Amino acid sequence: MKDALQNLKVLELGGYAAGPCIGKYLANFGAQVVHLESQDRPDGFRLQYPPYRNGKVGLNLSGCFAFFNDSKYGVTLNIKHPDGLALAYRLVDWADVVIENMRPGVVARLGLGYQTLRERKSSLVMLSTSNMGQTGPYARHPGFGTQLSSLCGFTHFIGEPDGPPQFIYGPYVDFIAVAFGGAAILAALDHQRRTNKSVYIDLSQYEAGLQFLGSALLDYSGNGVVEDRAGNRDPAAAPHGCYPCRNGHWCVISCWDDEEWTKFCHAAGQPSWLSDERFHSLSQRKQHETSLNKLIGDWTRDMDAHAVMALLQNRGIHAAAVNTMRDLFSDPQIASRRIFQEMEHPEMGLHHYRMVSYQLDETPGGIRRPAPCLGEHNSFVFQSLLGLPPEEFQRLQEQGVFS
Amino acid sequence: MLLTPYRVLDLTGPLGFSCGKILGDLGADVIKVEPPTGDPSRSTPPLLRPARGEPQSLHWLAFNANKRGITLDLENPAGQNLLVRLVKGADFLLESFPPGSLNERGLGYAQLKHRNPRLIWVSITPYGQDGPYQNFSGSDLEIMALGGAMSLAGEKDGEPMRVTVPQAPMWVGAEAAMGALTALAYRSLMNTGQHVDVSAQAAVMAALAHAPAFWDLNRTNPERAGIFLTGRSVTGAKMRMFWPCQDGWINFCLYGGAAGRHANRQLVAWMDETNSAPEWLKQVNWDNFDATAVTQDEVDAFEAPIGRFLSALTKQEFYEGAVKREILGYPVHTIKDIYGDPHLAARNFWTEMEDPSSGVRMKYPGGFALINNERLRVARPAPSVGQHNEEVYSKELGLSASEMQQLRAAGAV
Repeated sequence: MKDALQNLKVLELGGYAAGPCIGKYLANFGAQVVHLESQDRPDGFRLQYPPYRNGKVGLNLSGCFAFFNDSKYGVTLNIKHPDGLALAYRLVDWADVVIENMRPGVVARLGLGYQTLRERKSSLVMLSTSNMGQTGPYARHPGFGTQLSSLCGFTHFIGEPDGPPQFIYGPYVDFIAVAFGGAAILAALDHQRRTNKSVYIDLSQYEAGLQFLGSALLDYSGNGVVEDRAGNRDPAAAPHGCYPCRNGHWCVISCWDDEEWTKFCHAAGQPSWLSDERFHSLSQRKQHETSLNKLIGDWTRDMDAHAVMALLQNRGIHAAAVNTMRDLFSDPQIASRRIFQEMEHPEMGLHHYRMVSYQLDETPGGIRRPAPCLGEHNSFVFQSLLGLPPEEFQRLQEQGVFS
Repeated sequence: MLLTPYRVLDLTGPLGFSCGKILGDLGADVIKVEPPTGDPSRSTPPLLRPARGEPQSLHWLAFNANKRGITLDLENPAGQNLLVRLVKGADFLLESFPPGSLNERGLGYAQLKHRNPRLIWVSITPYGQDGPYQNFSGSDLEIMALGGAMSLAGEKDGEPMRVTVPQAPMWVGAEAAMGALTALAYRSLMNTGQHVDVSAQAAVMAALAHAPAFWDLNRTNPERAGIFLTGRSVTGAKMRMFWPCQDGWINFCLYGGAAGRHANRQLVAWMDETNSAPEWLKQVNWDNFDATAVTQDEVDAFEAPIGRFLSALTKQEFYEGAVKREILGYPVHTIKDIYGDPHLAARNFWTEMEDPSSGVRMKYPGGFALINNERLRVARPAPSVGQHNEEVYSKELGLSASEMQQLRAAGAV
């Protein structure tokens, strides 16, 4: 058995989510990924955000950092030291692809911009990902992904029409850019393999995020309609909502045609809903959706959310329990796909990482190793992968090059 | 273009459209295959309502751009033979049928892979090909619920919320594209295709960021918090994110870290220019501001004058000011605001095209990245029903006029 990306070598400059998470996806299928930090400027996820193991803040105790950096090697270099920069260039020579997500202009200032690196390596593939892209009047704004989801329109689309927009958890748009960036890198590597040509990818997270709103964009462009948030409603289905269940849990139910609605009323033991003239057709159910939702909520209120799902799904009706983070760890489907995989981390002990959503039957991916401690693989990467002699490594270490 | 040599057969329904769209944006020749009567999801709302012609699904139009379109009846033996011929010349096949249903028709991966061992077969389903939920129904709502995303959005004591514009098809399509191209990398090494099984439930978990780690490490269960940002401070303080302004909403939040401290200092300076910064706020030494240790009382004190200041601004004033002053925050854009964004215009983001069925001209979102400073092209609008039958079947597959006639008569195309 081989790995799909066994020959791929990746160098990451940057931190947080958007760049490193791409490297994680590649590493899960066998790519060798080196995450470059420095002691002065560790990845911001190491210290700036909880959770930490047992609530204790520490460079190597961050669950946030760990979640996006499993299966990689971690190295530190002081690239302000000339020998540190020289080693960074050797990492570039080693790598097939360089991923960076610093603020536009920063890698160039550090001597690691695309133009410089391409002169060293004519077939370089490099991806720069940033909030707004590398060019344009607002390119250098140092924004965060948690707020870019508002510029991108997502938070406008969560909540009730007469209420405020609602927060969308985490840097939502960063992860959209991860999937697009990963696809672009793999396509660029294939192109490079065939043509030996360098490819530079300028990925604006804003522009990647907008791809996820394609239908709403065309609704405005084609119809002049500015779509608004609509709670949990959908124009093509009724019911289509979220309902309270026992013990503070919730379930969702949707019916997409009259046949499914009929099956639902029977499954729920509520034949009287079928004869209620407010609910005869989809358009009538849409018109009386608030009353409909109240009736359904009264039916689900004392039931177990998973029991609602099983009862309805076994009869071919759309329904699901609303999983919280805790519930995901006991969801049988998630378990059967081995999405959470456990690793022993040197400082955090046993904990779980998230495997990606795609399974390849010939080359199964997986979590390969825990997230690296800061500088954990300096010796392995610089001596074993780059071939630095031990005495040279020792000398550079004493000069603080690996700090 | 990056994927120019490759051909993709796209047999997906709405859950899988965006995978082929992404491969098409990257330059692959993507052929959308639909039944002779047209894909039923062409009429799923929200709809384009043109002056002439039938209403059309906006999701269909948006995510079948950059594809050619042919018709093929998979229930018909002649149609099935035709699919086999197409499979022989394809590099990827994308499908989103319920698990097992293509096998029942003799058209599953196991049955067709010997026809083209290099074929990469991508299956996109709500929960995956195997497992206890494999036969469960799943629209966006159920997938977003089971993937955990809904539990994190909405008011604290209110119902969990989905994003109004369906996101599960987007997540699974994008991750499927990555899976497909991972398989392509392997094919270039070993000259063999494989089966890529993608679960939408698992794909939307990418949107959870690191939220599962809170439960995993410390057994705290992250909760939705409406308009507030939580989980940042060890004191449990919550920071407000959404502020009403003159013409809508602004997203601003007190952050720590170097960027946050700089942003907070800049905001107070901006407030001071309009005489809306109280004296005590001007005296705050932001270098000592630690968002991980701040208390709710301190947050509340900061937020009162900030909220008053933001309420007097328009969204665009805040946007321009935030960019100029390096303040962290953005307006809550509506779709109309997005079309008006000067930054997107400067990057030539939009692509204007005419829909072939209705003649309506629309500005489509452009390709998702710039490759060597050139934007990936969205070169063709979504096809009308059977628009490229002649081109694909006659010119490229080499079917004669009489063969085409027979296929049409048999209802196969």
